[in-house]
Amino acid sequence: MIETKDKLFGVVDLNARFELTKFKPVRAILKSRWMPLLPILLNLFIFVIILLAAFTGGYSAGNYNFGIMIVWILWWVLLMMMLVPGLSRAWCMMCPFPIFSDWAQRTKLFDVKTGKLGGLNFKWPKKLSNMWVMNIAFLVTTFFSGFMTVMPFATFILLGIIILGAFIVGLVFEKRTFCLYLCPVSGFQGLYSQFATVEVRRKDWDICKNHNPKTCFVGNENGYGCPWLRTPFDFQKNTYCGMCLECLKTCPYDNMAINLRPPGVDLLVETKREPKGLDEAWKAFIMLGIAIVFYLAFQGPWGFFKDMVRGATLPGYLGYIAFHATFNLLIIPGVFFVFAYLSKRLSGNTDVSLKTIFTNFAYTLIPMGLGVWMGFSVGILLPNGSYILRVLSDPFAWGWNLFGTAQIPWTPVLTGVMGYLQGAILIVFFAFAVGYGWLLAKQIYADAKQAKRGFVPILTFLTLITLVFLWLFVG
Amino acid sequence: MMRKKVVLFATAALGGLCILIALVGIATPAAAESPRERFFEIHAKRFDYTPGTIQVNQGDKVTVRLISEDVSHGLYLDGYEIKTSAHPGEEGTLTFVADKTGRYTFRCATTCGEFHPYMVGYLNVEPNSRLWIFALLTVGVALCSAVIVLR
Ligand code: SF4
Ligand code: SF4
Ligand SMILES: [Cu+2]
Repeated sequence: MIETKDKLFGVVDLNARFELTKFKPVRAILKSRWMPLLPILLNLFIFVIILLAAFTGGYSAGNYNFGIMIVWILWWVLLMMMLVPGLSRAWCMMCPFPIFSDWAQRTKLFDVKTGKLGGLNFKWPKKLSNMWVMNIAFLVTTFFSGFMTVMPFATFILLGIIILGAFIVGLVFEKRTFCLYLCPVSGFQGLYSQFATVEVRRKDWDICKNHNPKTCFVGNENGYGCPWLRTPFDFQKNTYCGMCLECLKTCPYDNMAINLRPPGVDLLVETKREPKGLDEAWKAFIMLGIAIVFYLAFQGPWGFFKDMVRGATLPGYLGYIAFHATFNLLIIPGVFFVFAYLSKRLSGNTDVSLKTIFTNFAYTLIPMGLGVWMGFSVGILLPNGSYILRVLSDPFAWGWNLFGTAQIPWTPVLTGVMGYLQGAILIVFFAFAVGYGWLLAKQIYADAKQAKRGFVPILTFLTLITLVFLWLFVG
Repeated sequence: MMRKKVVLFATAALGGLCILIALVGIATPAAAESPRERFFEIHAKRFDYTPGTIQVNQGDKVTVRLISEDVSHGLYLDGYEIKTSAHPGEEGTLTFVADKTGRYTFRCATTCGEFHPYMVGYLNVEPNSRLWIFALLTVGVALCSAVIVLR
């Protein structure tokens, strides 16, 4: 962990950690090979039902379809509101999508295969070992959100592509290359998990220093070398740690830990091995932009835009794609660039590059974006959550009533306080963004005076973004 | 130096004032203008309402006629938790007193096609104190953090 003497909001000690694995039963459970296999198998079961329901649901209206509701209301909302901000990549830990590729590579599902893994084991090109492919893949996926979130069969195709893709890529490339650089749901989890309140980290460097070969990286009879190609003994941020728990099993000294930590500490990490990059900056822009476009399309009253997004006419649909892509890839980054430039000008600093200023400050958009997505998710969950109860009882629309909830009518809940909730969430995460913005300013500009002046434009930008979303949510 | 102090103090005061007004705003209900009777005719078609936004003042007695232009649609009003539905050739009505201020979404309540969950419109009940309270809070937080940092 990188020691920092800075405190968030002047009070929160960012070096504070609480080790969850110091409790013997917790560590024992996590070291068992049943973890995370058991949750993976459970999710595999759930996703088989989702796939079946999505397949048989065809092109019908999806609001009573199990696949649509579980994926786009339950799963998505859980990811954004709890899993990622709370537990980092806990979803990746229990994700069933890559189980077939793991199986093919390892030839074993439960026990550990020592030695070389199966498959072609190619290395992913260095140039693409970042978020760019996922950025584009995710953006392109959102071109179809007007279909995927409402038509069961479109959701089936999306999930099918992910599962098949994971399998094929797993046969050709080493380990979890697919998860690291290709999976469409990986990018935002990686980005936002930097804010998470949980982390997997090594404890004592002195133990690792003298341990050769480092079994957390190469594997041993208890587990595989890090499938996510991290070096567990010294990695610094959550972005690419899939929380697969292998390193807890392979470390003979129990030197790997799962910690609770203050939210957002990874935003300050900048090491040679894990530098701040334009790929992550663009991921942050894209996520913010998509939230705006989705809100306009799905929670706004503008029918012409809905017609564009759902492809009522081809020119309209192409117009949506063009607007969506330009807005996310150019306009949002462009506006942010202006404020980064102002920051440099105002600070009077001459030796930090504009690119560094731009990239590093973009990390303030991680708390900002999370807050925005949480607010957005509240706006989906409260009005439409009751659909979930219904589809649980009758997943295939065959007239079942498994839990006696099949007849529950669509019932929005707490819609009167929804706006207050969204506003409050937004302001809390705005405060986090501002708090980290200041710490980043001090990191970027060595001189305190420059940091103060350079911070003002970023503060202005964050304020404006918050006001924009307030207007969207409650204006 | 003196000037800087004055500017900082003024900013802090302004930020504090914003937060104060916001907090007072939460506690006090806005005084309503004299209430009126309001009639609206909302046309529903897959997948929007025309007009998509209707504006009233707090206390107004609002009557909405919902007219369907194609298939059956509904209208559920967030916050007020009331609804009506309209079928081709058969309109629905909704009457209520707009006592809750702020913007509330109204949503289609009868499955009418694949985009049905996204078929929404807005009811604005002025004054939208929610927006102003949160906006003032945001600006207040921003000004205060500026002062804390720059001091
Ligand atoms: S196996 Fe444990 S002790 Fe060895 S290098 Fe890895 S974390 Fe350190
Ligand atoms: S083995 Fe790698 S991916 Fe798995 S928990 Fe450890 S560091 Fe994370
Ligand atoms: Cu409708």
